[in-house]
Amino acid sequence: MSRRRVVVTGLGATTPLGGDVTTSWSALLAGTSGVRNLTEEWAHTLPVHFAARVAVEPSEQMERVELRRLDRSEQFAMIASREAWKDAGSPDVDKERLGVVIASGIGGVTTLLDQYDILREKGARLVSPHTVPMLMPNGPAANVGLEVQARAGVHTPVSACASGAEAIGYALEMIRNDRADIVVSGGVEAAIHAMPMSGFAAMKALSTRNDEPQRASRPYDVNRDGFVLGEGGGILVLEEYEHALARGAKIYCEIAGQGLTSDGYHIAAPDPDGAGVQRAVKFALRDSGLTTKDIVHLNAHATSTPAGDIAEANALRAALGADADHVAVSATKSMTGHLLGGAGAIESVFIVKTLHDRLAPPTINIDDLDPAVTVDVVRDKPRALPAGDIAALNDSFGFGGHNVVLVFKSI
Amino acid sequence: MALAQADVLAGLKEIVEEVAGIPAASIELDKNFTEDLEVDSLSMVEVVVAAEERFGVKIPDEAVTDLVTVGDAVNFIVNAAK
Repeated sequence: MSRRRVVVTGLGATTPLGGDVTTSWSALLAGTSGVRNLTEEWAHTLPVHFAARVAVEPSEQMERVELRRLDRSEQFAMIASREAWKDAGSPDVDKERLGVVIASGIGGVTTLLDQYDILREKGARLVSPHTVPMLMPNGPAANVGLEVQARAGVHTPVSACASGAEAIGYALEMIRNDRADIVVSGGVEAAIHAMPMSGFAAMKALSTRNDEPQRASRPYDVNRDGFVLGEGGGILVLEEYEHALARGAKIYCEIAGQGLTSDGYHIAAPDPDGAGVQRAVKFALRDSGLTTKDIVHLNAHATSTPAGDIAEANALRAALGADADHVAVSATKSMTGHLLGGAGAIESVFIVKTLHDRLAPPTINIDDLDPAVTVDVVRDKPRALPAGDIAALNDSFGFGGHNVVLVFKSI
Repeated sequence: MALAQADVLAGLKEIVEEVAGIPAASIELDKNFTEDLEVDSLSMVEVVVAAEERFGVKIPDEAVTDLVTVGDAVNFIVNAAK
């Protein structure tokens, strides 16, 4: 039996650029920054005063009672999943053949910290009975699973900033392995809070460009000084190809394969040789039955850190060789900030739109391209992609040395 | 401090509406928390803690299982406050 093919039939997102896919995608093509000054009092006590909050607050998209029972990360998952499910045509599927794989890098960290404040100030009796279901990292997947009544399995792979991409890869395997016909997959993050931000700042991982927040996320620019924390989430409905055809579903593209490796190098720093990334690209291409010649676009991890962007670019150049010359590289974190466990997911949503519209989004804020960057970066304006069969890569990396590469191809 | 039944009912209505999103108008003494109002076990904990705060009474965990209807809760609170 030939391998089951998997396609994308629905998209959903809530991002710093918009409360849905259409708005986010338009703002992305227009080169808009979603970064803003934080208005919370605590923000000015930190070394970093800005972040990329979602453009539309969940309170504008959900009922009040639902809001109070869901962590912010779970709210993002529900909002994006509802959009994606509707976009997929609200498929009538056997629930035992329906799965959910939604990741988060940090989980319900704001719930954990808010409830700890209540514990200290008011005592144990006042801690919310919803605390544990709200803070557990599998909470976003579990709540979406309940909503769609998924019975094939609900999962949450966790690999820091690679989590969202790993979730989509896991969903791909669930369908290939005949565990499911449809899987709602993606990643979310809601970690804009004084504590995690202080932790990232202490690692010197965040940009401190407080006088120009919208210009702070500048992947590949010679003066980049760290990432900008973002929040939100992206969801893809993955579906077995024949199943999608049989119900007449709209098919965006195929998800053709994935490559997963680990560095075994350092808990936070990228391996400067990028050997793990190169292997992940190689495995992903092999898994997809494609070669470097087929790849025309890459939505890079490129978070705007001094070491990370170069290590990634070098690894990609090494993995793709001369074929890197025809790969249009977009670093959309220049506009969305870094959504941690949501990053690989919204970037996958963007890749699906890129293949569908044949238009690679721009990378903004590059005043002076770092001369060490050896890949072809799409700057300032979108770039048209060629006609015919094309394929694109999403690479995502996480603290701990996790490398995930996903391959999408036109259909 | 004695509490009037009507005041306790009015207060409970506000709490249940806030916690569970049930319109106050549909909350009456004979309504069953789980079956009529769909207040699940976690939300019931919230209702109990909020009622304790509001009415200055203690509602021990072992008493909560006997609070089947809104009327049961109102009576318990009125008696506890005597």
